[in-house]
Amino acid sequence: MVINNFLKQRKIPLAWLLLTRQPLRILVAIAGIAFAGILMFMQLGFRDGLFDASVTVHKLFDADLVLISPRSKSSISMSGFPRRRLVQAMAHKDVIGTTAVNWNFLLWRNPENLSTRSILALGFEPSKPLLIDSDFERKAKTLKNKRRVLFDDLSRDEFGPISSWFKSGRLVETEVAGKRVRVSGIVSLGPSFGADGNLITSSETYLDLSPGIPKGSIEIGLVRLRKGSDVEKVVRSLNLSLPSDVTVMSLKSFIDFEKNYWKSSTSIGFIFTLGAAMGFIVGCVIVYQILYSDVSDHLPEYATLMAMGYNLRSLLGVVAREGFILSIMGYIPAYVSGQVLYALVRASTKLPVEMSFSRASIIFFLILFMCMGSAIAAMKKLADADPAEIF
Amino acid sequence: MKNINKKTLEITSLNHWYGYGEMRRHVLQSISMEISSGEVVLLTGPSGCGKTTLLTLIGALRKVQDGDLKVFGRQLFGATRKTRQNLRKNIGMIFQGHNLLRCLTAEQNVQMGADLLNGFSYKARRAQSREWLRAVGLEDHFSKLPHDLSGGQKQRVAIARALAARPKLLLADEPTSALDSSTGREIVDLLKKLAIEQSCSVLMVTHDPRILDVADRLLRMEDGQILPTV
Repeated sequence: MVINNFLKQRKIPLAWLLLTRQPLRILVAIAGIAFAGILMFMQLGFRDGLFDASVTVHKLFDADLVLISPRSKSSISMSGFPRRRLVQAMAHKDVIGTTAVNWNFLLWRNPENLSTRSILALGFEPSKPLLIDSDFERKAKTLKNKRRVLFDDLSRDEFGPISSWFKSGRLVETEVAGKRVRVSGIVSLGPSFGADGNLITSSETYLDLSPGIPKGSIEIGLVRLRKGSDVEKVVRSLNLSLPSDVTVMSLKSFIDFEKNYWKSSTSIGFIFTLGAAMGFIVGCVIVYQILYSDVSDHLPEYATLMAMGYNLRSLLGVVAREGFILSIMGYIPAYVSGQVLYALVRASTKLPVEMSFSRASIIFFLILFMCMGSAIAAMKKLADADPAEIF
Repeated sequence: MKNINKKTLEITSLNHWYGYGEMRRHVLQSISMEISSGEVVLLTGPSGCGKTTLLTLIGALRKVQDGDLKVFGRQLFGATRKTRQNLRKNIGMIFQGHNLLRCLTAEQNVQMGADLLNGFSYKARRAQSREWLRAVGLEDHFSKLPHDLSGGQKQRVAIARALAARPKLLLADEPTSALDSSTGREIVDLLKKLAIEQSCSVLMVTHDPRILDVADRLLRMEDGQILPTV
């Protein structure tokens, strides 16, 4: 019914024809909008990718609550707290299990070219759960032997071709913190902004590799709760009952805590948001220029239409529709290039840069806003169309 | 038939000035004239005598400063912008240059006129546009862009466009000035024929002495005044 009505009521699609009969102009416009869109996709993609990357390991933890030292500010500066706190937490009726995790950077020697590089090492009790990965328990068993590590195959290539060597059946041995270790398995975690690579080992091996740390000191305590218990309530009661050398938070707040550090305490958020804003402004200028010169070029024609009896509002509508058409036509190539570039970034940096629906729609609305705003600015020129001047 | 005595246009002591203060020029000096329904009136005179100003005032493109100007019985003195805008839909205009939309085909240009009519479906309006193009002899040029048409053909499209909105008054400003004499003659004859079929009044400004004979009445203008008919 509506469509039928539209087909009957419709008029000559002037905006569409104005644009498409000037292929060069529309190509420049599309290129400009697409460029702005790609810039926004990349900047916001990097930003969100970096924030997401900072919690790749956090998200995998098999825990409901997390205990950290109040002095810990982020994953790259974790402070220790007494492991006893986990035992005390066990006293709560809703707590069914805990895992003590050591978390620090150690030096990894690339077995291929013997260069060293800092790697994030996690130490835990192999008999206890650490990550929510069905296969992880089997891999963890291999850590029961001394000086065995699980290597993260998403770590940057600078750590050496560990996973390909391992998968080809080769015995992979190298040095961590100057001591010989053997790779007994491969896990997939992913590098973050702070850590280029990850390895997981047993608490015993961890302490052996970093003898300086006091015994009984851990950086992260994972707490699992009975099904159906009120997480916030347990967090409150544990925070009250445990001494102040430890902070209890839900896993979600732990993830937010880490993201927040990168968002608010570093300039990453600002830099990338600024980059996206630059893209937006460049896009505005380009669309405005295109629409303004389009209106100027067709001024006598607009004036003729007004003389024929078209009112100003219908002509403003033509400019608005031009803006709308441009936004759609510019968004599509921007979206496609965004996907391609994200794939490239994932392949070369291993950062989790994905096209999320929310970002795709935010950028669509930014481009729409950009085009419509520029169209409104260009409409001012239409006021110069004086039908009395065309005779 | 009841329209026969109705005046399409009535002007009494119309004055118009350009500029302000000392630079103020009195371009139209107490003009009085009228056009009856279906009449073809030609307006001649040297350039700068105010013909075009008069045409834009009648076409509701300018505000009336002083005097009575009634088009289809509607007073334009003191009329709002909206009134003038709506009135323009009933006034067809043909310009010196054809003023076609460059990005539209002949057919689409004519339909821009037909689109002003309410109550017709897209198909009906398109059919009407084609009908008008046939009427002006351009049945083979529906989908040509203006720059592929000759000067005479463009002016024919402009006539079709003006008539497609079914005006009751057609204003033409030197429609033949860009054309050679035989094409000019054809255009004016066509214009007159079609206008009469639509019982549409025509006011045409022209310098061209060869087309004066199409007029029912001839008005001469000089220095902002209409000379008494001899």
